[in-house]
Amino acid sequence: MTNDAAGAPPRLELRRITKRFPGVVANDGVSFSVQPGEIHALLGENGAGKSTLVKIIYGVLHADEGEVLWNGQAVTLANPHAARRIGVGMVFQHFSLFDGMSVLENIALGLEGKSDMRKLNDRIIEVSKAYGLPLDPRREIHTLSVGERQRVEIVRCLLQDPKLLIMDEPTSVLTPQEVERLFGTLRQLSAEGCSILYISHKLQEIKDLCHHATILRGGKVVGECDPATESTRGMAQMMIGAELKTLARRGARPRTATRFNVDNLSLATDQPFGINLKSIGFEVAAGEIFGIAGVAGNGQNELMRALSGELTVAQPSSIRLDGKPVGNLGVEPRRALGLCCVPEERNGHAAVPDMSLASNALISARNRMKLAVGGWIKHDATREFAERIIQEFGVKARGPESAARSLSGGNLQKYIVGREILQTPEVLVIAQPTWGVDAGAAAAIHQALFNLAQNGAGIVVVSQDLDELLTLCDRLAVLNVGSLSRAIDTADASMEEIGLLMGGLHGMSAEVPAVHGSAQNVA
Amino acid sequence: MSLKFEARREIPRWLVYGTPLLAIALTILSGYLLFMILGLNPGSTLYIFLVSPLETQFGLAELAVKGGPLILIATGLAIGFRANVWNIGAEGQLTMGAIFGAGVALAFWGDEGVWILPLMFVAGALGGMLWAAIPAFLKTKFEVSEILTSLMLTYVAALVLSILVHGPWRDPDGFNFPQSRLFTEAAILPVILEGTRLHVGALVALFAAAAAWVLLTYTVTGFQIKVVGQAPMAARFAGFSQKGTVWFSLLLAGALAGIAGMVEVAGPIGQLTPQLTPGYGFTAIIVAFLGRLNPIGIVLAGIVMAISYIGGENAQVYAQLPQAATGVFQGMLLFYLLASDFLVRYRIRIQSAKPRREVATA
Amino acid sequence: MTDFLVLITVSIVIAATPMLFAAVGELVAERSGVLNLGVEGMMLIGAVVGFGVTMSTGSAILGIGSAALAGAALALVFAVLVLTLMANQVATGLALTIFGIGLSALIGAGFVGMPIAGLPKLDIPVLSTLPIIGPLLFQYDAMVYLSIALTVAVGWFLKYTHAGMVLRAVGESAESAHSIGHPVIGVRYLATMFGGAMAGLGGAFLSLSVTPMWAENMTSGRGWIALALVVFGSWRPGRVLLGAYIFGGVTILQLHAQGSGSTVGLPSQVFTMLPYLATIAVLTIISAGPWRGRFQAPACLGQSFRPSV
Repeated sequence: MTNDAAGAPPRLELRRITKRFPGVVANDGVSFSVQPGEIHALLGENGAGKSTLVKIIYGVLHADEGEVLWNGQAVTLANPHAARRIGVGMVFQHFSLFDGMSVLENIALGLEGKSDMRKLNDRIIEVSKAYGLPLDPRREIHTLSVGERQRVEIVRCLLQDPKLLIMDEPTSVLTPQEVERLFGTLRQLSAEGCSILYISHKLQEIKDLCHHATILRGGKVVGECDPATESTRGMAQMMIGAELKTLARRGARPRTATRFNVDNLSLATDQPFGINLKSIGFEVAAGEIFGIAGVAGNGQNELMRALSGELTVAQPSSIRLDGKPVGNLGVEPRRALGLCCVPEERNGHAAVPDMSLASNALISARNRMKLAVGGWIKHDATREFAERIIQEFGVKARGPESAARSLSGGNLQKYIVGREILQTPEVLVIAQPTWGVDAGAAAAIHQALFNLAQNGAGIVVVSQDLDELLTLCDRLAVLNVGSLSRAIDTADASMEEIGLLMGGLHGMSAEVPAVHGSAQNVA
Repeated sequence: MSLKFEARREIPRWLVYGTPLLAIALTILSGYLLFMILGLNPGSTLYIFLVSPLETQFGLAELAVKGGPLILIATGLAIGFRANVWNIGAEGQLTMGAIFGAGVALAFWGDEGVWILPLMFVAGALGGMLWAAIPAFLKTKFEVSEILTSLMLTYVAALVLSILVHGPWRDPDGFNFPQSRLFTEAAILPVILEGTRLHVGALVALFAAAAAWVLLTYTVTGFQIKVVGQAPMAARFAGFSQKGTVWFSLLLAGALAGIAGMVEVAGPIGQLTPQLTPGYGFTAIIVAFLGRLNPIGIVLAGIVMAISYIGGENAQVYAQLPQAATGVFQGMLLFYLLASDFLVRYRIRIQSAKPRREVATA
Repeated sequence: MTDFLVLITVSIVIAATPMLFAAVGELVAERSGVLNLGVEGMMLIGAVVGFGVTMSTGSAILGIGSAALAGAALALVFAVLVLTLMANQVATGLALTIFGIGLSALIGAGFVGMPIAGLPKLDIPVLSTLPIIGPLLFQYDAMVYLSIALTVAVGWFLKYTHAGMVLRAVGESAESAHSIGHPVIGVRYLATMFGGAMAGLGGAFLSLSVTPMWAENMTSGRGWIALALVVFGSWRPGRVLLGAYIFGGVTILQLHAQGSGSTVGLPSQVFTMLPYLATIAVLTIISAGPWRGRFQAPACLGQSFRPSV
């Protein structure tokens, strides 16, 4: 597979890499190579083993079997220091930054050895200018936007003069405009001879950016292709491993009774680095699925908590359920009226990992499903309800007594979604319904949401995944620094339009520099 | 070949309740070594420590006398620990309960009336609750760590007690000894078993443990405590009040510790003295953990700890072992217990050079 | 009058020093993310070992060194439990205190009531003979200067050295530090043991200098107050130093109030309560005031970390 014309060895070559975790083989005999200056895509679903593989390349994890070759030489990557020393840089999906420390300190911590802080300060400014990544070294991380934090990671890598840059799902936190800017930087690096290993499950991006793609499924390499010529559908089928089912887009239906109404909802955050909500307004009709898009960290957490009742507002009428004002009510009173929620975080928010599935049913269903009466728990009824969720939603678990943490992400998510849907809510508010979930589970969850809407419930989906929102929703609006945009019909929404709404002020402030253009030109 | 630790996905029950036994065994082994280092005959000293308390009826009754307050306090603490409320000031709450209970006894000194003892129970509980309410208020209102406030209040309570027994409550006929008058009949807990000091306090402790077990197993309140402790965000999602849980668990622990203090002064002591217990409030922390924060386990753990107290006293008399040895044992026991938890949560694998293939189950 | 004020100030510094040692050590541990509630136990071990070794060898330096080692050894036990075996930090800290109280009493049973010389004052030539300034600044024993020097050194270390930056990073986000290749567990081991050594020094100062003798439980809560001082000082050495001297002041004032008989009719115990009540008050003020946002604890404080294999 290495038919490099010059005959030079590839920059990086993996041979039969295998890595096992308890109960799962994350990488199973993975081999591929990356040429100098090549932008190489590593494509696969959540759980395909991409992140494990790049952690091995970066020395964070160690392979159980197999070899890593660097410029044709076998190397041992004992730790990230060793990887950095030979010229591997990595930008993590969940940033490896320190919130309470400055940009300068964060960068110094990621470099080899001790740095002269004053010189480093100048170099950061220099490098960030050269690549269109403006940064102020003195600012503390918690004051930066998500896009800016990613720049810190990238600049940290660039200062090492990397020969191979690993990007792990870099665009999941960016607006479409920020993505374009990032691609400009990456193309510039590629032109300078730096190889890039680009991990993603977003096919269009890979088509736009990458020279070559390796596709992983279930820890194995299942195919390679040239993304420029291969169709996205073809890549998707390799990635998922099955004929792609087309979800029928539901036709626009006449708007009927309003079930859920949010009007002029404002809320000051209670978190140290949170976002204030500013006069949010939208309404959801019976049978409608309403989407709330936006880059993470724009007030989604606060909005979810305000809608669920974890945070209450003084003005009752700012949230109305079937016309009843509920803004001042807590979680349980709202639930009693028919408002159910699925928070974004499964472990520790929607479910208690160390408790059994049955106990987890009690968390949100104890009153609506009469699993507890007069303060006493009915253990039999609870187990039966848990059993019903497991059956009806095809949750793979040993039974109601299995600990929640023993389930895979997709199965736990199915259980949680099932727990709320079986309570036949009037309105369901759900955040990131399929985040980190395999394709099968995602399809099942989407279908369940369609069915719930079909039966007349109103649904609000908060998600960062635009593709998902476009699949699911009738209308959507964008949350940006605590404000919600006007709602648009998904039937005639364009990516550009949504992208602009997402951009808002966020990431597109006055600091967009002139060098930005020059970076683009190089590519 | 290397050792490898893997997190267990499912935790076997037998391991959870088996590891305390392992910890006890390791503590006994370490005790053997310690006695050897101290130049004692390890076999006979261990015998005095562990077996002699169980040999006489009096000794067995003493187990209940000492185990009772430990079980009472540990039951309250365990509920708090489950809710992630780290009340380590039970000793102070116990002292306050004793003071309040004694206050009733002294106020009605010489009176006869069946209502005096019940009133002392109520007063003891209120005293403990009052002392526990301070950290609860500071934590819920200002987010002040209850660890430090509850502990500081223990020192304050001891000084309040000292003021009382040196001053206003000192026995007028007591030759200036810092202690109160001996309580009269109506304020003394009845002895259940002739010829011993076994009093109804032990029954109160068993009742409290049973009630706590029901609370944790069958009630929404018990479930709430567990959810708040394990996953605060999930508790909010469930509609459980964090602050309510802090108040509940601290007041409950305070009430039980207060009753334990009152039971001490109205039982074996019979008056208010400057030093009420050999640190039951702190030992109860170990009892709570040794019992796996489970009321039934706590009853067993309370008995084990009572053995260590009586054994320690016996060893002091017969083997000239300093009383502090008991504390060393208790601390060691807690160390081993916490260390053995690792075995519960992780599987230890001996990995050979060529690992065998595993089947994916997820 | 001046003499009296000088005397008071000197005694405040001496009363504050054990807490300063312990608090600065705990600060380092906490900045790395480790909450060790066993300070009281480690101080007691330091006190008894320092006293015992000094008494039996006649060398205070040996005694002080052994006290630091003993404190570090106890901290090592703690570190193995919470860092390697992932035990709960709060519970393990409590166990350490219970164990330390018992073990120190066991070791020290033979030392109760034994006399010891105490540490010699340094009496720096010329300087110590200056009026007022001399007794105020230049007539302490070496450990007082050591405590201040170590406080300054820790402040400098955390702020200006690469290793100090790594230590702060480990306490800020263990995950991030691990993923970019810093040895989280190793750093925490060292920080915890430094904390133990400092607590041992604080204990030794207590039994060798403040009250040159050994008594069971002689720290009487100073270890816990040191923990509160770290919060009071918002994890900064300079502020911890200030806090220690304020608490030293409270201790001395209550002693003087009792000693001089000016108890305004109150029982002496009311004054003994003052340091404990002051601790509660200070913690409340720190947590409640409008400045609470600026007193951020290290983000990972008290959390277990285990690198994914």
